[in-house]
Amino acid sequence: MIALENVTKRYGSQTVVDDVSISLGEEGVTALIGPNGAGKSTLFGLVGRLLKPDGGRVTVDGMDVATTASSTLATTLAVLRQDNHVAARLTVRDLVEFGRFPHSRGRLTVEDRDHIERAISYLDLDAYRGRFLDELSGGQRQRAFIAMVLAQDTKYVLLDEPLNNLDLRHMAEIMRLIRRMADELGKRIVVVLHDINVAARYADRIVAMRDGVVVADAPAREIMRPEVLGAVYDTPVDVREIDGKPVALYYG
Amino acid sequence: MTTLDRTSTSTLPHLRPRRSWVGVLVGVLLVVLALTSLFVGVSDVSPASVLTGGPDSDAAFLLVASRIPRTLAVILVGASLGIAGLIMQMLVRNKFVEPSTTGVTEFASLGMLTTMVFFPGLAVVGKMGVAAAFGLVGTWVFLRVVRFVPVRQLVLVPLVGIMLGGVVGAVTTFFAYRLDLLQSLGQWSQGSFATIMQGRYEFLWIAGAMVVVAWIAADRFSVIGLGEEFATNLGLDYRRVVAVGMLVIAVITAAVLVTAGMIPFLGLVVPNVVSLIIGDNVRRAIPWVAGTGAVFVLACDLIARVVRMPYEIPLSVIVGVVGAVLFLWLLLRRGSRAH
Ligand SMILES: Nc1ncnc2c1ncn2[C@@H]1O[C@H](COP(=O)(O)OP(=O)(O)OP(=O)(O)O)[C@@H](O)[C@H]1O
Ligand SMILES: [Mg+2]
Repeated sequence: MIALENVTKRYGSQTVVDDVSISLGEEGVTALIGPNGAGKSTLFGLVGRLLKPDGGRVTVDGMDVATTASSTLATTLAVLRQDNHVAARLTVRDLVEFGRFPHSRGRLTVEDRDHIERAISYLDLDAYRGRFLDELSGGQRQRAFIAMVLAQDTKYVLLDEPLNNLDLRHMAEIMRLIRRMADELGKRIVVVLHDINVAARYADRIVAMRDGVVVADAPAREIMRPEVLGAVYDTPVDVREIDGKPVALYYG
Repeated sequence: MTTLDRTSTSTLPHLRPRRSWVGVLVGVLLVVLALTSLFVGVSDVSPASVLTGGPDSDAAFLLVASRIPRTLAVILVGASLGIAGLIMQMLVRNKFVEPSTTGVTEFASLGMLTTMVFFPGLAVVGKMGVAAAFGLVGTWVFLRVVRFVPVRQLVLVPLVGIMLGGVVGAVTTFFAYRLDLLQSLGQWSQGSFATIMQGRYEFLWIAGAMVVVAWIAADRFSVIGLGEEFATNLGLDYRRVVAVGMLVIAVITAAVLVTAGMIPFLGLVVPNVVSLIIGDNVRRAIPWVAGTGAVFVLACDLIARVVRMPYEIPLSVIVGVVGAVLFLWLLLRRGSRAH
């Protein structure tokens, strides 16, 4: 379980994450939604020990992220950030190999290689394994990063807008993959999504943030209401039922 | 349904250059150039003269006292400077940095000047230690300063480094001028292997040892090259790996400075050329960078020795010219890329 206790983060006078207490990772897939600047990425940074909170505490399976050895945490928790720029000329295979680093420390075992191969084929990257990252399209590169965290094989996986740059087919495939990781491999995934229909379709639980606080936290179906979504995004959202499933219409 | 052919992507060519033959080429060149370096020079040292003259001949003496040390020194300098550049490029995440474009070399020279002023009697190893310490400070200062430059400002980073180096270099020159030490300063600000002989190059093995350290920590440097966030996520102690990298860079810079002098561009050109061929996975790149660096300096040193026989041109002149041309080519090549 990932537990945040009264976690606060400030930048100057601006409080970006405001006294948040929440536990994540009990259900398979949790979607984190909210408008731009709500503090979602900052929250991930705090959980992933990339940022230091100005107050409060984050624990992962009881381990305080501020004091536990980073190498230990790396076998339990993986975070993929929103914007990833890798300047180094690495191949897809290299990148996915580095995902195994917390387990292999650089010496790949047969098991490590298994994980690497599986991650590459899960992400449909077999044809690109030898390509340098700067020779890939944006979506292919995004899939390579996802393959990297998949190879890391941690119980908790935090993905910050993993659907960025993906086409329709790969978007659906990544969401199905996330579902399978939760259902078949028992992983706990927290994923930042902007498309609430995707969130409603694939997530067990939706957490909505706004202005640094959690404003809604419930099973997907309960979030999919005009008044809740309207309040989160500050814009009118209509919700219709299609084949018994709620669909949000927000195109005006 | 036959409209979408899913296998079409998997039949794309792999686009990997065939690199095995390039590896063989580098290896063969290394051996040939090293042998040539042993037997080229003003005095006649040839395999035949050594064999006929026996172990006590002048030729054999020259070989052991001068030619072998010189060749070893050249190889060690080429290999280790290449590695210093490679590691620095991973730490800074910028392809255009190396000790001489980041002020590290200038800081190390300032260290040398300091020893000449305050501890003129210091043994060479002491001088090297002081130079390494100054180099370490230089690396640290540079890393602090470039933190304020956005990572993606590719050309701004080395510009800041060159300016930093310029300032430190000016300070060094000023004091050297005031203290009448400009001549000695000039000695090692121009790289050359002309004075290398037995007993005067052995410190370069320390630089060689740093190459081994880099090899051992290779995967860590690769991960660092992904950036602090990736490194942290993968459980790496970012600061510690950066500290090891800084040490490797500073020690190599200092060892080369006290034995051969300043050799610009090498640490920049060699890793970039290798990167084009096999990429930046440090584990894979290290033997390539070391080998190519050695070949590069061997070739330049040979040119420096034969162009104006019986005189020698300073090696740094040759390296500077060849390196600058290669550097410009790399810069323009990169600039033409789409992103
Ligand atoms: N390094 C920083 N310095 C100052 N303010 C920052 C910094 N990083 C983030 N912020 C501010 O913190 C707030 C939350 O940012 P965050 O990146 O967490 O938002 P987000 O919910 O992920 O948004 P998005 O959907 O656009 O990714 C924003 O108002 C942002 O301007
Ligand atoms: Mg964000």
